[in-house]
Amino acid sequence: MNFISFLINGLSLGSIYAIIALGYTMVYGIAKMLNFAHGDVIMVGAFTVFWGVSMQGFDPFLSLLLSITICIILGVTIEFIAYRPLRGAASKLVVLITAIGVSYFLQNLALLIFGASTKSFTSIVPFGPVRLFDGQIIISSETLVTFAACLIIMTSLTLFIHKTKPGQAMLAVAEDKDAAQLMGINVNGTITLTFAIGSGLAAIAGVLLCSAYPVISPYTGAMPGIKAFIAAVFGGIGSIPGALIGGLLLGVIEILGRAYISTQLSDVIVFMVLIIVLLVKPTGLLGRKLQEKV
Amino acid sequence: MRERLAQIPKPMRENLITFGIVVVAFIVMQILISLNMLSHLMTGLLVPLCVYVIMAVSLNLTVGILGELSLGHAGFMCLGAFAGAFFTKVMENVITFSLFRFILAILIGALVAGVFGLLIGLPVLRFRGDYLAIVTLAFGEIIKNIINALFVGLDDKGFHFSLRDSLSLGMGEEGRVIINGAQGIVGMPRDSTFLIGTILVIITLFIVLNLINSRDGRAIMSIRDNLIASESVGIDVTRYKLMAFTISAALAGVAGVLYSHNLNSVQATPRNFGFNMSIMILVFVVLGGIGNIRGSIIAAVVLTVLPEVLRGISDQRMLIYSVILIVMMIFNWSPKVLEWREKHSLKEWLSRLRKRKAKV
Amino acid sequence: MKKFRKLFSLTMVAVMAMGVLSSCGNDARDTFMIGGIGPLTGGAAVYGISVRNGAQIAVDEINATGGINGKEIEFNMQDDELDAERSVNAYNSLKDWGMNILMGTVTSGCCVAVAAHTAADNMFQLTPSASSVSVIEGNDNVFQVCFTDPNQGIGAADYIGQVGVYADGGELVSRVAVIYDSSDVYSSGIYEKFITAAAGQPFDVVAVEAFTGDSKSDFSVQLQIARNADAQLVFLPIYYNEAALILTQAAAMDYFPVFFGCDGLDGILGVENFDTSLAEGVILLTPFVADADDARTQAFVAEYQRRHGEIPNQFAANAYDAIYIIRDIILHSGATYTMSISDLGNALKKAITEISFTGLTGDNMTWRSTGEVNKIPKAMIIRGGVYIGL
Repeated sequence: MNFISFLINGLSLGSIYAIIALGYTMVYGIAKMLNFAHGDVIMVGAFTVFWGVSMQGFDPFLSLLLSITICIILGVTIEFIAYRPLRGAASKLVVLITAIGVSYFLQNLALLIFGASTKSFTSIVPFGPVRLFDGQIIISSETLVTFAACLIIMTSLTLFIHKTKPGQAMLAVAEDKDAAQLMGINVNGTITLTFAIGSGLAAIAGVLLCSAYPVISPYTGAMPGIKAFIAAVFGGIGSIPGALIGGLLLGVIEILGRAYISTQLSDVIVFMVLIIVLLVKPTGLLGRKLQEKV
Repeated sequence: MRERLAQIPKPMRENLITFGIVVVAFIVMQILISLNMLSHLMTGLLVPLCVYVIMAVSLNLTVGILGELSLGHAGFMCLGAFAGAFFTKVMENVITFSLFRFILAILIGALVAGVFGLLIGLPVLRFRGDYLAIVTLAFGEIIKNIINALFVGLDDKGFHFSLRDSLSLGMGEEGRVIINGAQGIVGMPRDSTFLIGTILVIITLFIVLNLINSRDGRAIMSIRDNLIASESVGIDVTRYKLMAFTISAALAGVAGVLYSHNLNSVQATPRNFGFNMSIMILVFVVLGGIGNIRGSIIAAVVLTVLPEVLRGISDQRMLIYSVILIVMMIFNWSPKVLEWREKHSLKEWLSRLRKRKAKV
Repeated sequence: MKKFRKLFSLTMVAVMAMGVLSSCGNDARDTFMIGGIGPLTGGAAVYGISVRNGAQIAVDEINATGGINGKEIEFNMQDDELDAERSVNAYNSLKDWGMNILMGTVTSGCCVAVAAHTAADNMFQLTPSASSVSVIEGNDNVFQVCFTDPNQGIGAADYIGQVGVYADGGELVSRVAVIYDSSDVYSSGIYEKFITAAAGQPFDVVAVEAFTGDSKSDFSVQLQIARNADAQLVFLPIYYNEAALILTQAAAMDYFPVFFGCDGLDGILGVENFDTSLAEGVILLTPFVADADDARTQAFVAEYQRRHGEIPNQFAANAYDAIYIIRDIILHSGATYTMSISDLGNALKKAITEISFTGLTGDNMTWRSTGEVNKIPKAMIIRGGVYIGL
């Protein structure tokens, strides 16, 4: 029974990692950049809902829509101001550093607006937990919603990419930016679209994260952001099913490691497993093998 | 004089200028101190500046010269800091000659960080690009987390270790805890001085610049520029990669010893030895110019002093810092801005002025 | 292009040179200048900001009534981002500003590093909240407003063992679990002493679970283990931010033990949007509670709420007291701001051991020359969303 409880906790944590990792993976696949500010977009998304629901008394779903809109605008703006000017720069590292600058900026802006103290987040999920086996196993409603959201988002993203024109354009840009340009694809537009989708997902992830673990502060997004990034690498960065599997596995490993090995060293265990997986499969679980061009 | 300078081959001339800058900066600071003209803040920053210069130069060896992205450099600094501090704490009453003890501590810090650099590099350097970045990040975090959970005590029976808490060390009555988990090592003598720091900077520069201009260095750079071509001409890629990575790690260890002996205590926090620190050092390297050693020095100094100078505007300080960071990156690297700067540079403007004059 | 870059660098250097050289020999003060250091940005910013706000209220009150000896005092709080090195930088920067008394630093790790510097300068240092013993050890110029960590750990074990706590069912608690932050100096310090002291007490510690600063967003595992061990009481030597999440998660899994905390837990009722019914029955040993009914506390809480829109925590209260303690010992010793830093340090060091201070965080507080404060912690229980003395 205990094991099942832990497993459910792990899947719950993992499905949140998975949604965040989806955003990471999409941006990486198309813009070939590690968007370290992604975790902080999550925080902005969660704060928007917090502002809407707890401070203004809006309807939760209205707030969620508002949050998605704001995050999409934010993501596109960040891309336009901070990342686009650096496309084609001499080193890939440059845009990584800029992303970190953006991350600091968002954190410190939230600090100035909302203050440093941790706030309690009211879950937006309207129904209660499910009790199984006479209350021995409790599955929280947030877990169920997150899990469902995760599956829905992954399926629709896969459909979007393979069945629609903009989705195909994304694939083409991910494959070869210059060739795509020659084929008449609007590369900048496609990248903007990717950032918009990724940031919209970040808003949903942020709200689910704060609903499941109901506290919020300006630094809420930082650590889940890094963990989700690891999850994306774990599953094979650039791969959408990879992000799902990577996220779920990471969550389960983290919780089980904490439960059965050591609460102090749970992060060490996560990182160890990551290294071992990468040693065996250097491009992650579902990553494509990269061919070195000569 | 000019002619004689011109006779020296260019790389060496460049290196001499770099050393010159460090020595002149040292002398200027010493003069300012002796005239009592340097602020307390700046006097206190001198040793940290040496630490970050060494960190930036050593990371540039990995990022700029070897061409591999490492996000775990602070992990090696952490190892050096704790190894050196541990040695000093144990030997505090055994070796009373503090300079000698400190030199030994520096060597131990370098050795420990270097050995771990080698051990980690062996599996890790097979990865390339972003995968290497994430694996080094993982190792950096592992080091920080383990040291944070590490307890070491000393009693008459010898050393005791634990990864749980200080109570499970099982020490005798007279035992003392040396590394106390999150509380770290407390109460060390503060042996770091600006003079020692500057000497260490010069040694670091000497090692790195010599390496770059040596046969080994050229082999390392050829790996960076074209891995397959260098393999095909018979360069032992693994060996040279490991060499650069290990030297880089050992130098970070030296910086760590200097860091921990500048404070009287050392704790592994996310702020000083975590991922954030690795990123901060990487910012120095990228902003100073990837592969440009002198640039790393200048960027490390500027970006360490900048947030301190911004203290006057305390509330918006970090916000402004982040904006400056983004603007500087775009200003220095954006292809469009570079093009614009090319067109509107002072030189271009002057020459256009001259042309116009000539027309008149 | 090169020129442009050079021009850019030159302006940067010029800007910085101003900061580097500007102040030299700023010893001619015309008032007492009190410095403060603590985290104002980063994950621990809430504690530093509380201290700044609390101290500022005290400074404004003192200045509104004519300052000290007719002179208004100045207060300047600097950010250390919870980093020892930056804390020392903040200290040096405050010295450039002209500080002659330090009220800080907020956290233990940074305080140890800064104390080495104040000891070398013999500057008087009073920390509102750095509770580790190593802060005062070997430094005769450093004093604390808060309890030391060992005191709290032993106090908690004593209380649970000797006074006794009753679990939900009405029986005396005999099975205790601990959840602590192993990456935090404060938390691991209390934990260690608690475990040592618990050995001689009539209860068993049945589970000890840690978490770290990097993994504090989920406590389901720790709580599950505590429940499996059938712990009737969970000891939380941690800060209220994490505790708020622990209480929420425990309730979500239908686990309702008695939660017992130290002074770090105070503030839990002030967490914005927190469902205070979750904190029902929480017991804490704390010197300060925001809804105590004495006039001073009420005035302070009202003023704090007016300025910052939230309920002050014990960090703010400790800082408020710290400023008044500094005022009292200046008056008691007859020290003046024209004295050198070291002379002032000597005068205040002596004065603080001679006075008895009553403030928000304790009645008749006295200090030993070691730097430790003597005051009595109050056990409080949360009932119906308010603290009630036990």
